[in-house]
Amino acid sequence: MGVAAVSLLTTSGLTRHFSGIHAVEGVDFTLEAGEIRALIGSNGAGKTTLVSMICGRIPPSAGEIHFDGRDITRWPAHRRIMAGMAYTFQISSIYAGLPVFENVALAARRKRRGRAAEAATQEALMRVGLWERADQPAGDLAYGHQRLLEIAMGLAQSPRLLILDEPTQGLSEGEIAAFKALIRELAPATTILLIEHNMSVVMELAERVTVMDMGRILAEGTPAEIRANRAVQAAYLGTG
Amino acid sequence: MRGGGARAWTLHLAVLVLLLAVQFVLPAYHHGNLARIMVLASYAVGYNILFGYTGLLSLGHALFFAAGMYGLGLAIKLGGWAAGPAIVAGLGAGLLLSLAVGALALRTSGVAFMIVTLMFAQAGYLAILYFGAFTRGDEGFVIPREARMIMWLDLADAATRYFVALALFALCLLFCLWLMRQPLGRALIAIRENEERTEMLGYDTFRLKLVAVAISGTMSAAAGAAYALLFGYVGASFAAVQYSILPLLWVLVGGAGTVLGPFLGTLFMFYLIDIASGLTTAYMMIAGVVLVMITLFARSGLLGEARRRLWGWLP
Repeated sequence: MGVAAVSLLTTSGLTRHFSGIHAVEGVDFTLEAGEIRALIGSNGAGKTTLVSMICGRIPPSAGEIHFDGRDITRWPAHRRIMAGMAYTFQISSIYAGLPVFENVALAARRKRRGRAAEAATQEALMRVGLWERADQPAGDLAYGHQRLLEIAMGLAQSPRLLILDEPTQGLSEGEIAAFKALIRELAPATTILLIEHNMSVVMELAERVTVMDMGRILAEGTPAEIRANRAVQAAYLGTG
Repeated sequence: MRGGGARAWTLHLAVLVLLLAVQFVLPAYHHGNLARIMVLASYAVGYNILFGYTGLLSLGHALFFAAGMYGLGLAIKLGGWAAGPAIVAGLGAGLLLSLAVGALALRTSGVAFMIVTLMFAQAGYLAILYFGAFTRGDEGFVIPREARMIMWLDLADAATRYFVALALFALCLLFCLWLMRQPLGRALIAIRENEERTEMLGYDTFRLKLVAVAISGTMSAAAGAAYALLFGYVGASFAAVQYSILPLLWVLVGGAGTVLGPFLGTLFMFYLIDIASGLTTAYMMIAGVVLVMITLFARSGLLGEARRRLWGWLP
């Protein structure tokens, strides 16, 4: 046997109960460095709860999380971010009262200073096409542009693992196409974990797909395998 | 927020130069008032760093003002210290108390934070009364004139007092202006705007808020120490709840989260009460009506409105 590739992220037995409801139940999940992974499942399947535990927004009820070979289960969120994770919120969470530039600069300044931070901010804004709007208050942006700003804040951190929670929700067709191209550019330098409902994004972007149902992992495989999986069809895709 | 740097520095330096110049033309009464206002405005600038920029509403800042005042006063009265080392004692007392109170109070947020800080300040006030043997309680004590000397500077002299008050105010004002252009200051503003997002960008928000409490508390203590030294009196009324409410009021009137707002608010309220009390004994009613008007028609305070309507570049 050769040496197995070191997984970037593993969870074992990860569980979260909300007052009796098993939102996530004993999830063993592995992410290899450099891959693009999609996480799908119906509403309430536990996707957001799972990634929230991974990035430290909520503590798990049981189980362990390892990132880059280190047990981070008890780390506060900010420490995980500094170790190389970035998280973009499902419901846009930006600084509405601050200029677009400052929103991204706050992200860039965690690992850079001065001119380097400004350059990283400009680069991230140009990549998502918001550079012309850098001086506007972020709260004045249209909804789709706020989603792109979230993504720019993720990019500016130069993360090793970028977690995107429904990033294409509310984007136009053209913006979705640009988003797909952007994510392809990032991999394999950045590992991507994507919660997504848009099947065209999932099937075109993801190398592997994980399907969650009722807080557990129902299936995992390539997009083609997932499409052919009867259990997934019954539980989620809804087609016979 | 990019740019506007040169304009901002010019404006604030111009205000300081103006304050330096007016002392030569002001009548003695207003000259003394302005010295007092500048010391109190330094307190308000410190309060604003926590309230206006970090978004944390404390109702217990009298504790930090009094820590500076009593730290200095008791060092002189009981220890026989000279003014210089006594200032360090006042600042040290403010720093230590704000770190201790911050570490405990920051475990809460919102209304609970207001109540916990209020309780700590009341405990401090009652402690001053309880240890009346040392602090002379309500009555307070006078700092003797010979102790109010820093090297050759006689702080009881009106002109010197004005210069020292201006120096303290300039230091606080320029520090605030500088801080809010640094990554640390920007991070504090980010906490005010969206704390959860800031944590998820990798900022240790608890530690940053503690730093904000410490900076704010120490600046408040500096104002308290200066007040005792310049006006020669240390008393428990400065630790009472009224002195926790006043900086909040000054900052709200002047404009929370603006660098010059605290000074404008202090100046405005000081003269409002001064003029109103010359007209009627019900002067607090006039002050109340004006405050209601400001909350109705200038919700972000005097300078906050100016920034919103006219000068977006104002820091």
